[in-house]
Amino acid sequence: MTRGHFLNISDVTKTFETPRGLYPAIQGCTLTVGQGEFVTLIGHSGCGKSTLLSIVAGLTHPTTGGVILEGKEVTGPGPDRGMVFQQHALLPWLSAHDNVLLAVEEVFPSLSRKEQADRVMHFLEIVGLSEAFQKYPAELSGGMCQRVGIARALAMRPKVLLLDEPFGALDALTRGHLQDEVLRIWQKFGQTVLMVTHDVDEAILLSDRIALMTNGPGATIGEVVRVDLPRPRNRRVIAGMPAYHDLKVRILEFLYERYELVS
Amino acid sequence: MIQEKSVTSEVQRTPAPDRLSVPSMLKRVPVGGILLPLVGAALLVGVWAVVSQLAPFLPNPVQTVTKSWDLIRHPFFDQGPNNKGIGWQVIYSLGRVGLGFGLAIAVGIPAGLVLGLSSVTRKMWDPVVQVLRPVSPLAWLPLGLATFQAATPAAVFTIFITALWPILLNTSAGVQQVSPAYVQVGRILQLSRRKMMTRILIPAALPHILSGLRVSLGVAWLVIVASEMLTGGVGIGFFVWDEWNNLSLEHIILAIAVIGFVGLALDRLMLAAARRITNQPLG
Repeated sequence: MTRGHFLNISDVTKTFETPRGLYPAIQGCTLTVGQGEFVTLIGHSGCGKSTLLSIVAGLTHPTTGGVILEGKEVTGPGPDRGMVFQQHALLPWLSAHDNVLLAVEEVFPSLSRKEQADRVMHFLEIVGLSEAFQKYPAELSGGMCQRVGIARALAMRPKVLLLDEPFGALDALTRGHLQDEVLRIWQKFGQTVLMVTHDVDEAILLSDRIALMTNGPGATIGEVVRVDLPRPRNRRVIAGMPAYHDLKVRILEFLYERYELVS
Repeated sequence: MIQEKSVTSEVQRTPAPDRLSVPSMLKRVPVGGILLPLVGAALLVGVWAVVSQLAPFLPNPVQTVTKSWDLIRHPFFDQGPNNKGIGWQVIYSLGRVGLGFGLAIAVGIPAGLVLGLSSVTRKMWDPVVQVLRPVSPLAWLPLGLATFQAATPAAVFTIFITALWPILLNTSAGVQQVSPAYVQVGRILQLSRRKMMTRILIPAALPHILSGLRVSLGVAWLVIVASEMLTGGVGIGFFVWDEWNNLSLEHIILAIAVIGFVGLALDRLMLAAARRITNQPLG
């Protein structure tokens, strides 16, 4: 297995049936993600980037093309692709602890009760929520819920972590904190990550490579940009670098001049 | 950790501005929550006293209490099958309601789950349910009497039919409204069909199911009185009919109050149970 071909998205097309006929959401999307790499899909809202992520997760079936993860074709959803949802998708009737425990029980059924509970607490600790473990989602802030969502996905020990605009619903300050947190976790675990976002700064801060998506219908990956900024990254330090500025201009140019959202 | 909680305390420190409005004045009286309902009840008794002066057949409040004082003092006297205290009457009625309600849960929740999950089943049964649902449950009573040849099973059957529809429809609606994200979580975890049901779908639909149970229990308590009036035996509904035959309106008014308080208690119990089970505030 070469590093460059850990996750292979090849020629993926998705056509939806709508009352007004067939709608080609995404067309001929090809992208590879190396092991331990952080890759971001960026594009305007509604361009189909979340559809592509959902296909990688196995929640949506591609019309043509396919996804190969570590040599195996993706045929359906599974815990090897831990997903963090935009609206956290925590089960409101379970505490933070039990939300993570449900995942641990399913993925590691051979562990003892004690080992399962330890694993839950370990991952809640990683996201800085070990003290709030008994709280229910309704008692937690949006940022805290998203942390639990991240802990739940990580606790599955996924081969690739899928982040679907995970910070989109949060205020700017909380978003910044959580981005730092994800960066820290990624560095610590060498976790392969595929993230969807529409925030250019977020993409540059976190990613090794950024895949720029054109607008739908028939959206595809127009360009892949490598982020050659030194790691570990600090948002204040990199913001002053000329390379950061050049990257941002290049991405914005792609998004706003070449593929401006036609409304 | 992020400082996300500091903002709320600021808000709570500001005093309430509406100092002169009547509701806020009453809020300051510590017994407002008790006082106002008592005022309401007193007004009702006042209206009743006035009406009883104009309508000679209607006993006034004082007559009602004095004439039914024995019944109030001894709710659980037992002098044979045809002469029992009002407490016993209520217990017999509650027994029938409990049995019919329990049967309705046993049938309604599983049937509602099937209806909610399978659009084929839903299309097959929805018209049937829509036609049967608006039928007064009492219309089923003769069928119950003919089938079981006895009053109590017929009354239980009527309660079963009464309680079935709200449970069935709410369960079905609840399952259909489960957030797709929860189901996706279950799919990513590759939950078995059974676990998807017990760990995701039923808990997610539980608030709906419980509000269906609450509606059902309320209607069941309404219907038991009417069905017992028709079937006889021991029960609060039959008690009302019996007292009508005795022309004892005082006892009937007492029975109305008892039926009301029992209904209220049932509703509150159901709500408390629902809150306990779901860990979240409901209506």
